Amino acid sequence: MTSQPQPHGRVLIGKPGLDGHDRGAKFVARALRDDGFEVIYTGIRRSAEEIAAAAVQEDVDAVGLSLLSGAHNELFAAVLEALRNAKAEDIPVLGGGIIPEEDIPDLKRLGLRAVFTPGTPVEEILSAFRAAVEEHRKGRSV
Amino acid sequence: MSPGADTLLAGVREKDPRAIGRAISIVEDGGPLAASILAALEHPCCEAALVIGVTGPGGAGKSTLTQALIAHYRTEGRRIGVVAVDPSSTLSGGALLGDRIRMMRHALDEDVVIRSMATRGRAGGICAAAGAAVRVMAYSGCEIVLLETVGVGQAELAVVHLADLTALVLAPGLGDDVQAMKAGLIELVDAIVVNKGDQPAAQALLAEMQAVAAATHRAVFCTSASDGTGVAQLAAGLGELADTLRQSDRIALRRQAARSIEVMDWALELLRPELKAAVAALGPLSGEPQALARLAIARLKATEE
Repeated sequence: MTSQPQPHGRVLIGKPGLDGHDRGAKFVARALRDDGFEVIYTGIRRSAEEIAAAAVQEDVDAVGLSLLSGAHNELFAAVLEALRNAKAEDIPVLGGGIIPEEDIPDLKRLGLRAVFTPGTPVEEILSAFRAAVEEHRKGRSV
Repeated sequence: MSPGADTLLAGVREKDPRAIGRAISIVEDGGPLAASILAALEHPCCEAALVIGVTGPGGAGKSTLTQALIAHYRTEGRRIGVVAVDPSSTLSGGALLGDRIRMMRHALDEDVVIRSMATRGRAGGICAAAGAAVRVMAYSGCEIVLLETVGVGQAELAVVHLADLTALVLAPGLGDDVQAMKAGLIELVDAIVVNKGDQPAAQALLAEMQAVAAATHRAVFCTSASDGTGVAQLAAGLGELADTLRQSDRIALRRQAARSIEVMDWALELLRPELKAAVAALGPLSGEPQALARLAIARLKATEE
């Protein structure tokens, strides 16, 4: 028995594609844990379908994607599509990495809820996840 | 039963991954539908599933071995569930759940259902949640459910009691703290697995464990989970062990014991909010803590009469 705080929700941090640099993904995963999220980390080099399947099995409230290779336009879109195919398009997706400013509006049009770049303060990332998770929990049918 | 729970349970039965994921969250969080879902899980198929505990210190290779066992059971065409329990941070309530990393090669196999679960500071309360998750998986047709937990800490160890049989995973070179925990763990488990058997120091550990096993009637296996060596023998050994335990009714006894642990957990979970309110209602606390606790309980009982 304890008065330990209850988690804000469950999030999955995934790294799609071939880039093997997960310093950013791990940094965000740890920050989310320290903020009170249950964070499922998939490890590097996952396909969009693998990330979507894991998000569904783990019943997460949000998915965070990290990408440093420059293939964000293709791979973020692939994850969104994989989630649609898994009937999980309601799970919000947030993305981060080395992403040029000019790509951000297109990524948001694609369906990304937020896009973070190397200069984004961690508090901004955390509050974006908090808001996305809260909204997702409210909108759930069961 | 509410239509929401009905639809969800039908989805679980049809092996719909989304329904399985939701159902586990609902029973874990104790949501409004939890009671109807839990009631429906009292089903013969949930009795039929074999629950195998995989425990041991961090770094022994539990997740890799779990992955190797999944791969083995899949070649036999069995549908497999995995509940991987990790500790929550006591400060933030958050948790970093990374057991999946080693199991991602099965991510696209819909007959492998994997769920990561954090202890959430529930002293034993994790047993209520993990037990329910196991039954959701069994209800979706999983024949075997692997229950993976780090064998350190009260909550993590309590989970072991939910399993029909348990394997303790050790590896060479894990240091002195492992020596201390082995003693307490060996009495809880049915089999000892010396993993990373390809490492030179594994032979000494294996010999040591064989001596321990001879004295305590435990089975000993040697595996190298990363390349699958010894995994088929381990799976066969665990199968024989399960048969022996079934024939002697010991699995039935263990399940009865597990049931009483789960009931106790649920009782504490359900009582917690009322107890918390009763303690808060005492006002500023000064005096002897146990006496104050008795007072809170006495007042709680009085309001119920």
